[in-house]
Amino acid sequence: MRKTDSLQNLIWYLARRFTLFVGSLVAASALVFLLLRMLPGDLAQAKLGIEASPEALAQTRTEFGLNDSLILQFVKWLGNALSGDLGVSMLTGANIAQEIVNKATVTLPLIGLASVLALVFAIPLGMYSALNFRRRKGIGIAAISQLGIAIPTFWVGVILVTIFSVKFQILPSGGFPDAGWSSWSGCLESLVLPAITLALGQIAMLMRFARSATIEVLQQDYFRTARSTGLTRGQALRVHGVRNSLVPVVSVLGMQIATLIVGAIIVEHVFALPGIGQMLLQDVSIRDYTKVQGTVAATTAAVFFVSFLIDALLGFLNPKSRASL
Amino acid sequence: MNRNRNLFFGICLVAFSSTMALLSVLWTPYDPLEINPDISLAKPSWSHLLGTDVLGRDVFSNLLAGSRTTLITAFLVVMITMSLGVTTGIGAALSPRWFNRTAIYSIDIVLALPAVLFAIVLAAIRGPSTFTAVIAISIATAAAVAQVTRREVNVLLNSDYVLAARACNSNRLRIVRRHILPNIRASLFIQASGAASIAILAESTLSYLGLGTTPPAPSWGRMLASSQQYLIIDPIVALWPGLAIIFTVLGFNLLGDGLREALDPTLRKSKS
Repeated sequence: MRKTDSLQNLIWYLARRFTLFVGSLVAASALVFLLLRMLPGDLAQAKLGIEASPEALAQTRTEFGLNDSLILQFVKWLGNALSGDLGVSMLTGANIAQEIVNKATVTLPLIGLASVLALVFAIPLGMYSALNFRRRKGIGIAAISQLGIAIPTFWVGVILVTIFSVKFQILPSGGFPDAGWSSWSGCLESLVLPAITLALGQIAMLMRFARSATIEVLQQDYFRTARSTGLTRGQALRVHGVRNSLVPVVSVLGMQIATLIVGAIIVEHVFALPGIGQMLLQDVSIRDYTKVQGTVAATTAAVFFVSFLIDALLGFLNPKSRASL
Repeated sequence: MNRNRNLFFGICLVAFSSTMALLSVLWTPYDPLEINPDISLAKPSWSHLLGTDVLGRDVFSNLLAGSRTTLITAFLVVMITMSLGVTTGIGAALSPRWFNRTAIYSIDIVLALPAVLFAIVLAAIRGPSTFTAVIAISIATAAAVAQVTRREVNVLLNSDYVLAARACNSNRLRIVRRHILPNIRASLFIQASGAASIAILAESTLSYLGLGTTPPAPSWGRMLASSQQYLIIDPIVALWPGLAIIFTVLGFNLLGDGLREALDPTLRKSKS
C-alpha cells in the first residue's frame, strides 16, 4: 500500500516537473520569437536593407512566411523546431540545426570537461575546509572561494593565457585544430585552458555547498557511530561524507548548467574556440536573426532539459525534494 | 557582540569604490579619453600611476571613470530589481490562490532563463548599450527577489500578529506597511547587495563581449577586451580592470554576508 503511494507521488512529481519543462520551453521560445519581431521593419527588410525593391521584399516575405499571422508563424516555427528543424540562416541559407550540431563538438566537450574538473576539485576542497571549520586553514580556503566567486570568468581566461601561453608558451592561447576531433590530442590541448577557466568559478561556488553539506554530515549520528568504530575523521568522511555531499553538489551543478553554458560562450570568445557561443556572437554582430533565434532557442532548451533531468533524478533519489514543486 | 569582519570589509570596499566613482565625476588625473600615441603602453610611473594603454590613455583615469559606469549600472539594476521583485513577490502572496500558483510558475520560468543569453538577444535587436544590459540583468534578478519575497511574505501572512491586525480591521496596505515590510527588511538588504554584485559581473561580461556599454564611455569590461590584444607586449594592463571588478564584487558579496550575520539573529555565532 505504502509503496504504491510513493510511486504515485513520484509520478505526480515527474508530471508536474514535466509540465514546467514544457511550459518554460514554450514561454522561452515565444519570448525569443517576439523579441526578434520587435525589429525595426521586419526580417525581410533587415535582410535586404532599406534600398530593397518592393518585389524583392515581397518575395523574401513569402519565402520566410512573414505574411502569416504572428501566432501562425510561431506555431509553425515551434512545430518545426520540435521535430529538429530550426530553419535556415537568413544570410547564408545554411541549415541552423546542422550548424549547431557541428559546433557542439567543441562546446559540449568544453562544458563536460569543466564540470568534471569542477566536481573533482570542489568536493575534496569543500570537505577539507569543513574539517578545518573555524581553523585558519579552513577559513583560508573559504576566503579563497569567496574571492573565486567575485572573479569574472573572462579575466581568469586572460590571466591564464598570459601565464601559460605568453610567458611559458606550453599551451595554445586559443583556436582549435581545423581537423576537429580526428587529431584529438591537439583538441584536448586547446581545451585545457578554456576548461580550467570555466571550471574555476564553478569550483569556488560548488565548494561552498560541499562545505556546508560536509559540516552537516559531521554532526550526524551515523558519523559519530563511524568514528566510534575507530575510523579517523578523514576515513569516516570518505565513507559517509562523499556520497552525502555529492547530492547537493550535483543538484547545484544542475542549477548551474545555465551559468556553465553562458560561461562557455564567454570562454569560447576569450580563446577563439569555434563553438556554439562564438557562432552566436558572430551571428549577433552580422545580424543573422533567424540563426540567433534558432541558436538561443536550442541552447535554452538544452538548459531546461538538463535541469529537468537533474530534478527528475533527485526526485527519484530523494522524496523530500519533490515537495518543492 | 562579536566583530563582524565580513560587514567591516564589505562596507570598506563598497565605500572605497563609491568614493572612487564620486571622485571621478569631479576629477581624474587625465582626461580618460585623451589619446596620446607618443606614450603608448607606458610603464607605471609617477606621472601615469598605472601606466597607459595602447592609445596612450591614462589607465588610472580610465579605471576611475569606469567605476562610475559600473556603479551606475549596479544602482539602476538594484532599483529596478527591488521595486519589481518586491512588488511582484508581495502581490503574488496577497492575491488569490490560483493567481499565486500562476505567479509561482511564471517566476520559475523566468528564473530558468539564462539571463546573459537574453541580454545577447536584446543587444542584437536594439543594439548594445548600458540600458539594454541593465534591463536584461534586472529582469533576471527581479525574478529571484520575487521568489524569495513571496515565500517569506507567505510565512508572515500566517503569523498571529497579522491575524490580530486583520481582526482589528487593518486593511491590506496597512498590514504590508506595518507588519510585512519591516519583517522582510533584512532579507531585502541582503538581496539588494547580491543583485549589485551580479549586476557588476554581468555588465562587465557584456561589455567585454562588446554587447554592453558602448564606446567612448569607459568601462572595465571593455578595457579588458582591448588590453587582451596586447598581452604579449604588455600583460600588466590587463591586470587593473580585473582587480577593480574583483574588489568591487567582493565588496558587495561581503556586505551581503555581513548583513546576513548582523541582521539574522539565528546565524549569530555563539561565543565559544
